[in-house]
Amino acid sequence: MKSFAEKLKGCSPYAYLIPCFAIFAMFLFYPFVKTIYLSMFLTDKLGRAKIFVGAQNYIDLLTSESFYNSIIVTLIFVVIVVFGSMLLGLIAAVLCSKTFPGIRAFSTSYALPMAIASSGAAMIFKVILNPTIGLFNKVTGLDINWISDPRYALICVAVLTAWLNSGINFLYFSAGLGNIDESIYERASVDGASGIQKFFRLTLPGLSPIMFYTLVVNIIQAFQSFGQVKILTQGGPGESTNLIVYSIYRDAFFNYKFGSAAAQSVILFLIIMALTLVMFKVEKKGVKY
Amino acid sequence: MDTTATLKNPTGATLRRADYTQEELAALHRRMGLAALRRRRIRTGVLIVLNVIMALFILFPLLYAVSVSLMPGEELFTMEMNLLPKHPDFGNYIRAWTQVPLLRFVLNSFIVAGCITLGQIITCSLAAFAFSFLNFKGKNLLFMLVMATMMVPGEATIISNYLTVSSLGILDTYLVLILPSLTSAMGIFLFRQFYMTFPMSLYESAKLDGCGNLRFIVSILLPLTKSAIGAMSVYTFINAWNMYMWPLLVTGSQEMRTVQIGISMLDNTDAQSVTLMMAGVVSVIIPSMVIFIAGQKQLIKGMFSGAVKG
Repeated sequence: MKSFAEKLKGCSPYAYLIPCFAIFAMFLFYPFVKTIYLSMFLTDKLGRAKIFVGAQNYIDLLTSESFYNSIIVTLIFVVIVVFGSMLLGLIAAVLCSKTFPGIRAFSTSYALPMAIASSGAAMIFKVILNPTIGLFNKVTGLDINWISDPRYALICVAVLTAWLNSGINFLYFSAGLGNIDESIYERASVDGASGIQKFFRLTLPGLSPIMFYTLVVNIIQAFQSFGQVKILTQGGPGESTNLIVYSIYRDAFFNYKFGSAAAQSVILFLIIMALTLVMFKVEKKGVKY
Repeated sequence: MDTTATLKNPTGATLRRADYTQEELAALHRRMGLAALRRRRIRTGVLIVLNVIMALFILFPLLYAVSVSLMPGEELFTMEMNLLPKHPDFGNYIRAWTQVPLLRFVLNSFIVAGCITLGQIITCSLAAFAFSFLNFKGKNLLFMLVMATMMVPGEATIISNYLTVSSLGILDTYLVLILPSLTSAMGIFLFRQFYMTFPMSLYESAKLDGCGNLRFIVSILLPLTKSAIGAMSVYTFINAWNMYMWPLLVTGSQEMRTVQIGISMLDNTDAQSVTLMMAGVVSVIIPSMVIFIAGQKQLIKGMFSGAVKG
C-alpha cells in the first residue's frame, strides 16, 4: 500500500503536464507528423493519403511558377510589412518617450491596433480603398482601383498588415526606450548634440537589444498573415497577393490538393523554424552594435 | 531671500558678484527661469501637436469606420468629400443586428474566447508549476519540447488538424473551436518566468504545513501571480476573439459562426450595404477594444516584467 502511494507521488509531477501535453499531442505533434506524411502522398478529396509519391510534391512545387510567385510575393510583402510596422511603432514610441499631459491616452491609441482583428480591419480598408466611394481616391484625387489592380493590391494588403502589427511594436520599442539610461542624453545635451544626432547616436544603438528580437517576431508574424488576404483580395488579382498561407488554404480547400498544401506547410514551417533559431541564438549572445 | 538666491548660483555669484547688484542678479535669475519655462512649454506643445497628428493617423481607419457606420446609406454614395455624417443615426446598427444574427455571433465568440482563456490559465499554470517546483525525470527535455512548439506556426498544421476534427465528426461545435487552443507554449513560459521568481522554500514550507500541490497552486501561486494571469487573459481573449482561419474552416452553420466570420457575411449580402458592414465591424471591434483598454496596464506589466525578471 505504502509503495503504491509512493509510486503515485513519484509520477504525480507528470500528472500536472497531462492536460497541456494532451492538447499538444493531439493538435500539434500528431498533425505535425501527419503533415509531413501527407506531403509525400497524393490524396483524395477527403484528404486521405492514396498514392505514395515520395518527394514528388516538393519537386512539383519547386519547379512550379505559381509557387515561386507565391514565395516572391510573400517576401515582398514581409519586407513592406516589417519595415512599415516597425517604423510606425518606433515613431510612436519616440513621441511617447518623454512624459507630457495626456500621454496615457496617446500611448493607448498607438497600441490599439493590437486589439483589432485582421478581418475587421480588412473590411474597413476595403471601404477606404473603394474606387468610387473610397476616401483615399477622393482625398488624393486619383482614380485607381487599388484592390483590383495587380500593381497595387499587394501594397494595399501590406500597408493594412503593417498598421495592424504596429501596436505591438510600439510596446516593444517603448519598453526598449525605457531601458535607456536618461543621463546619457543629458550628457550629450551638455556636449551640444542635436536632437537628430541624439536619435541616431544614442536612441537607435540603445534600442539594439530589443530591435533584433522585434525584427524576427515581426517577420514571423508577417509570414502568417491570412485573414486580410482572404477578405481583401482572395489572393488576386491573378496571383499577385497569393501569400504562402493563402496558397496553402487555396490548394487544400479549393483544389483539394492536400498533398501539395502539406508540402507547402512543411516549407513554411522550415522558414519559421530557421527564423526562430536565429532569434534564440542571437538572443543568447546579446546584440551589441 | 536675495542672498540665498545668489549663493545658490555658484558660477555667477562667486565670480562676478562685484559686477551686479543683488537686485540685478535676482532679475536675471528670474528672466532665465522664465525663458527656460517658456522653452519647456514650447517643447511640450510641439510634442503634443506631433502626438495628435500621429494618433489621428493611427486611429484614422477606426474613426472613419465609426463615421461611416453612422451615415445613412445614400450619404456615402456621393462623389464629394464626406468625412463625417451629415445626419448621423444608429439605423445601420439596428439593421446590422437584425439582418444577421449578430447577437448570436457575439455570444458564440464570448463563449469560445472565454473558455479558451480559462482553459489556458488552468493548463498553463499546472504545467508551469511542475516545471518550476517539481523535480522529475526528463524535465528539461519536456520543457524544451514545449518551447519547440513555438516554432510550429498554426497555419502549418491547420490542414491536418482540420482532417483530424472532421474525421472525429466534431465539426461545427463549440468543442472544435475551443479544443485546439486550450494550451499555449507562451502561457507556460510566461507563468514559469513568474513562478521562478519565488523561492523554493515557499513551496517547501507550504508542503511541511501539509499543503497539497493543488492547494498550493490555487491558494498561493495564483493569488501571487495576478498580474501574469491578467496579462495572459487579455492577450489570450483578444487573440481568441480575433481568430479567423480556424473558425472559417470548422464552422459551417449560421448558429456556430464567430463574430469575425459572421461579419464577413455582411460583406456579401449586397453591394449597397457598406454602411451596414461598417456598423457590424465597429460592433465587434468594441468588445476587444474595451478589454484591451481595460487590461492594457496589466498586459504591459506582465509582458515585460516577466521577461526581465526571468
